[in-house]
Amino acid sequence: MLRSSLPSLVALVLVVAGWEAACRFLHIREFVLPAPSAIWAQSYAAWPNVLHHTLATLGTVMWGFTASVVISLPLAMLIAASPAISAAIYPLLVVTQSIPKVALAPILIIALGSNELPRIIVTFLVAFFPLVVGTVAGLLATPPELIELGKSCRASKLQELTRIRLPFAVPFVFGGLKVAAALAVVGAVVAEFVGADAGLGYLIQTSMAFFKTPLAFGAVVILAAMGIVLFQVVTLIEKLLFPWSSGADQPPPGM
Amino acid sequence: MIRLEGVGKRFARGDVEALRDVSLNVAAGEFVAIVGASGCGKSTLLRLVAGLVPATTGRVVLDGTPVVGPRADTAMVFQAPTLLPWADVLRNVTFPLRLMKQAGGDTEARARALLETAGLKGFENRLPKELSGGMQQRVAICRALLQQPRVLLMDEPFGALDALTREEMSLELLRIWSGLRMAVLFVTHSISEAVLLADRVVVMSPRPGRVAEVIEVGLPRPRGFEQEGTPEFQAAAQRIRALIYGERMPRAA
Repeated sequence: MLRSSLPSLVALVLVVAGWEAACRFLHIREFVLPAPSAIWAQSYAAWPNVLHHTLATLGTVMWGFTASVVISLPLAMLIAASPAISAAIYPLLVVTQSIPKVALAPILIIALGSNELPRIIVTFLVAFFPLVVGTVAGLLATPPELIELGKSCRASKLQELTRIRLPFAVPFVFGGLKVAAALAVVGAVVAEFVGADAGLGYLIQTSMAFFKTPLAFGAVVILAAMGIVLFQVVTLIEKLLFPWSSGADQPPPGM
Repeated sequence: MIRLEGVGKRFARGDVEALRDVSLNVAAGEFVAIVGASGCGKSTLLRLVAGLVPATTGRVVLDGTPVVGPRADTAMVFQAPTLLPWADVLRNVTFPLRLMKQAGGDTEARARALLETAGLKGFENRLPKELSGGMQQRVAICRALLQQPRVLLMDEPFGALDALTREEMSLELLRIWSGLRMAVLFVTHSISEAVLLADRVVVMSPRPGRVAEVIEVGLPRPRGFEQEGTPEFQAAAQRIRALIYGERMPRAA
């Protein structure tokens, strides 16, 4: 574990060191590109404020992510259940994906008021699509023989779904969940850019307005960390709850 | 026990006639192999007996009652092991009974005993992906046998295995079958496999699938590969080959 992450750790340290050196020796002005040390210093000095904004963003991300899961999974089951429903719903989903969320956000804020709800909806709209597509793919990828096995055991449609199709789709669902977790962070920040009084997106905007570039960079770093942590949490849940789903295939023992 | 009465099957999609006027009787405990070129409706025939697809004409009768849907006393083995990737070997074997809510107190003990017979003792809690292809197919066969079927339907069960594993598994299947004695319908591409295993070999001709001839294999049981050299074995294999290739008997230079 440590051995495998060592190269990336060394690379990271080198990049940060090079960045720091470039800022110091080339005399780059702080509001153009702050040095890592300045980013740390300014973010640390403002930490209660930064924490407040981080928690606000995390709240939006979690609500949006939860909404994606709660809506996407039943939606995917509906789409997988019948070609007619799939033909009706899929084009609509693609339409929601081709609308730029940045364009949609101000409209939603006017319609729903300046509160948490439009931000959660934007987060949801950004995050849910890969989850639906992944789950549908998983439900439909069930081998026909497995379905036949269910049929020959006289399984009902519901049993076929819950005992065969859904478990089979689990690795696909988690593939979608990982993408959705990362995208939820993007969605939350997009929404905060358009209308918010808290959150890291809001912090970035206000910091830049006052040329506090290091603080804005600090917020970006926290956002990146948030995406990585969420991704890892989803991966960990998959490993703990569905150990057969994740991980490299072990070589079969020789016979 | 199994009676096919003038069974025909036409698939609406593509308007393909898969089977035409197939009549066949299989006695209880009889081992019948079905051979034929690709597209002669062998698999469709099995699915008709399994009750997975309805016949277009004629009917399939099992123990005097027409087959209208899947039954608990028929079990199927597919070419691919089709195991549940999330369940360990033991849970895979008991899956059909649990699905049909027929699992009783002795189900797990019987499953363990079957796995031991199949040489899978110690693998009960492994996942399918940890097993080799041959072992996975053994699990699939155990899964079918645990249902204590009166009819075992096997659709090229050894088709995906390498030649050596295949021979080993054929003999194992015979050994298990001689203890349980259910009727077996065994679809295969291999002529020698059919002759080695079966009491009778049904040779089918393609487009539409029909029964070309039914050949009795008179070889004494227990069977073994040493019988492959006997004149009876060769005669049966030659006869089947001639029926499948007809006039266009292939000849290598």
